[in-house]
This record gives sequence, structure tokens and C-alpha cells, in this order.
Amino acid sequence: MFKHILIANRGEIALRIIRACKEMKINTIAVFSDADKDSLHVKLADQAVNIGPALSRKSYLNINNIIAAAKKTNAQAIHPGYGFLSENADFAKACKDNDIIFIGPCAQSIAQAGDKSSARKILIDLDIPVIPGSDDVILCPDFACDIAEKIGFPVILKAAGGGGGRGMRIADNKETLVTAFSIASAEARAAFGNPDLYLEKYIDKPRHIEIQILGDNFGNYIHLGERECSIQMRYQKLIEESPSPFVDEHLRKILGKTAIKIARSIKYKNAGTVEFLVDKNRNFYFMEVNARVQVEHPVTEFITGVDIVQEQIKIAAGEKLSIKQKDIHLNGWSMECRINATDPDDNFMPSPGEIESIIFPGGPGIRIDTHIHDKYMVTPFYDSLIGKLIVWAKDRPAAISRMSRALDEFEIKGIATTIGFYKKIFEDELFQKGDIDTHFLERYKT
Amino acid sequence: MDKKIHIVTSPVMGIFYKASSPVEKSLVETGQKINTSDIVCMIESMKIFTELRSEKSGIVKKILVENEEPVMKNQALIEIEVN
Repeated sequence: MFKHILIANRGEIALRIIRACKEMKINTIAVFSDADKDSLHVKLADQAVNIGPALSRKSYLNINNIIAAAKKTNAQAIHPGYGFLSENADFAKACKDNDIIFIGPCAQSIAQAGDKSSARKILIDLDIPVIPGSDDVILCPDFACDIAEKIGFPVILKAAGGGGGRGMRIADNKETLVTAFSIASAEARAAFGNPDLYLEKYIDKPRHIEIQILGDNFGNYIHLGERECSIQMRYQKLIEESPSPFVDEHLRKILGKTAIKIARSIKYKNAGTVEFLVDKNRNFYFMEVNARVQVEHPVTEFITGVDIVQEQIKIAAGEKLSIKQKDIHLNGWSMECRINATDPDDNFMPSPGEIESIIFPGGPGIRIDTHIHDKYMVTPFYDSLIGKLIVWAKDRPAAISRMSRALDEFEIKGIATTIGFYKKIFEDELFQKGDIDTHFLERYKT
Repeated sequence: MDKKIHIVTSPVMGIFYKASSPVEKSLVETGQKINTSDIVCMIESMKIFTELRSEKSGIVKKILVENEEPVMKNQALIEIEVN
């Protein structure tokens, strides 16, 4: 096992990894930017190295500075957390070139997972369902109509140059598609300077359901069930749960097998997540592989009892998976709310600033992963995620009432957060019934 | 005739950028003529980028902050001499 691990991240996930290491008696090395010198991850680690100015580009995204910090402190391995360099194949390669173990998949798997169009081609060859559509950009409305007739209406046009809803149009028939094409193309040109569009089958009321997998260096794979992440705003997940109220034992088995098949096809090692869109008839389509630990991993930890971060470290150290698929049983229900420093009353605009005071919820079945504390300065330099509130209870209704009660106890003064917004969601009848899809929050937009 | 000054301020605490990306050239320079609704700078806050547009046409008189400098909410960023 490793003696020293460097954590190339900040915030709550850096703390999460430090905690896993401490329980495994591994020395921890934190890295920090000028903006984070007083952060909790710096205090809790055994050592800490300054890697540059506040701007991510100059610190947490600076491969040379991080590798230099690892060499200086004799770190044998680097845990990248999520975001920043976690899915950067060049960083994984730089670690390898410097004889440092990257706690995650190899550079080649990361590159394969990140290249969406080649991933799509690999999966079609494997007979894994992907959302039907054009493989490349579409240059004229006639060609769009030909493809739409092949895959069936409704279809959606999407801008090749970027997302966020701009250059996006849904069409039910040929006539509307021709009109939609010119509007979407103009929008895409205005928004991204690139008028190119591609076309996909439009999935009505889709759910975002993902499978957590673990794979070791010896070709052994298991999955840890699904997470339902349909509660999203502008493609950002806000509330996650496991299991999904929509997934039955049969679908879970199929999704789990499919996820493992995909992982195996790219020789994926370590923890990863395979994301699917699932329609109302339980047809599923592959979306992407997230080659890292996920923000929402605690809900899976709560219901499986597996410590995903510790498993990542053991796999990276060359240990065989000690858990077999038959040992994985989903026990009870877990839900997570991402506490963001954004203002629900102001279109979810960022709300950096100093936290005056906090009261954390407590009691049975509550887990809080956060780096914030009284008088903590939430800077504008990094992500708006300031913490995660995770609950466990015996079933979904009990988990909902536990989360409502915890949100009531939770008080952050000084900056706007999403806590009050979540209280409303947990009172929503459709949410309580589990009748959710990725468009659920559109009704709540201010 | 007195010249009126229009001041572009930051809507949020964030980081001031003169250009839309590190490889692009500055959106505006001192002395440059600009029109209403031209993009004059970018503010990044928590990974969200906001383009700031001038509400007036005129001449850029002064850029009050350095590129990549942190700015407060409502901080004055650019002075524009209104036509």
C-alpha cells in the first residue's frame, strides 16, 4: 500500500480523500492555491504545498506545478478527485512518465471515454444502444429530413459548437424541421460562431440514470447499482438518489451488465460511472463514461456500504477487488442535495462572499461532506458547490422526510444558497411520487 | 459641452477579463470607439462567464482594473465617454 498520496484537488472532495487516506494510515499531501491557503484541506492534510495563484489555470490545472509538488514530497500516487485534472489524459500520462501512480483509469481509457464520437462508434459495434441520430454535422435541411425519417420523429437539432439550449430545436414533422433548421443554425452561429448542427432522436421525459462501476487491474468488474440524477438545472445535477424509484431489479441487471461491458471494451480500471438516458418505456441509451469519482458517490456508499474512495486507492495500489457482485446488496434509500452558493431568487446566479455563520443538521442517517465553516470566504475562483447533504433511511418516503427535516435544520448565513429551494422540491407531490425527469426543474425556473 | 461618462460595473463578485479567452486579443482598448451593446469585457464567477455590454456608445476612456484581477459586485470596471 502507498505511504504518501498527494491530493490534486480542493474543497469537499479533497477532504473526502484525506479522510479515506487517514483511515488507511496513508500520509496525505494537500496542494493549494493562494486563495485556499487557510482552507480546511490544508489544515487536515499531513503536508501542504502551494501550487500557485488563485486562478485554476495557474494552480489546480497546472500539471507541472502539481507534478513538482508530488516529486518534492515523495508522493507515490496522486488522487485527482473530480473536475480540474481528473479526466485529463495528459495529466495521467505525466504522472506515469514521472513514476507516480494516477489513482484512476490509464491515459488511454480517459482519452477514449472523452472522445464522444469515437466512443459512439465503438458502442454501436458492441450493440449497445446509443441515441439514434446523425453521426456527423448536417449541412442542409433535406439531409436532416432524410435522417429524421429514418430514425422517426420527434427529433432534436443541436448546435455542434456548444450547449446550454442555444441552437436547439425540437421538430415533430418534416415541415417544422425545415423551419427549425434555419432558426437553429442562425442561433448557433450567433451563440458559438459556428452554424453547424447535428440531429438526434428526441427522447421525451428522459431520466438520467447512471451506474457506478469498479474495475481492478486484473479484469475483474463489479457494479454498485444505479443513481437517479434527473433533478438538474442547465445540465447540472442538483439532487441525486440511489436506488432510482424507476429502476426495477430487471433493468438494474441489464444496465449493470451493459456498464461493465462498456468498461471492459475500453479496458477501464478503477472507479467510473456510465451514464444512460432512460425513456418512459424503460428503453435506455448510452450517454457517456465519467472517468473519475463522482460528486454524488456518497449515495452509493450509503446503500452499499462500500467506501468508493478507499476502493479506488486499493485498486491503484494493485490490489484485487475484494468484493464480488453477489456481495453487493442495496440496503435502504439514500438521497443527496448539492449545496451551491447560487441564488435561486436571482436565476441561480453565483453568490460568493463570506459565510457569517452555519448550523449543520445532525441526527441519525445524516452525512455532510463540506469544507465550509463560520467566517469561511467563498471565493469566485472555483465551483459553486460548497457542500453536500446526504441522508440514508430505510425507504424513499423515510429518506424524503429525513431530508426535509435536515434541510430545515441547515442554516447558512451571509451568502445565498440552494437550501431553501430544495425544501420546496422535497414538498413537491410529483417529486415525492418519484415522477421525475430531466426537465422536472424547468417549472421552477425564476 | 460637458462630456458624460458611462461606467460599466460588475454585476457580481468575480474575475475581470479583458478578452474572451487567454488566446484572444482584448475586447476593448483605451481610446477605442464602441457602440451600444458591444461586449466590453468578461466577468467569471464560479466558472460562469458573463459578457458585459456597454449601454452607451462612445469612446473607452479608461480601463480601471487589470486583466484577471478579482473584482467586487458593483465595482467600476470601464469608463466610457458618451457620444
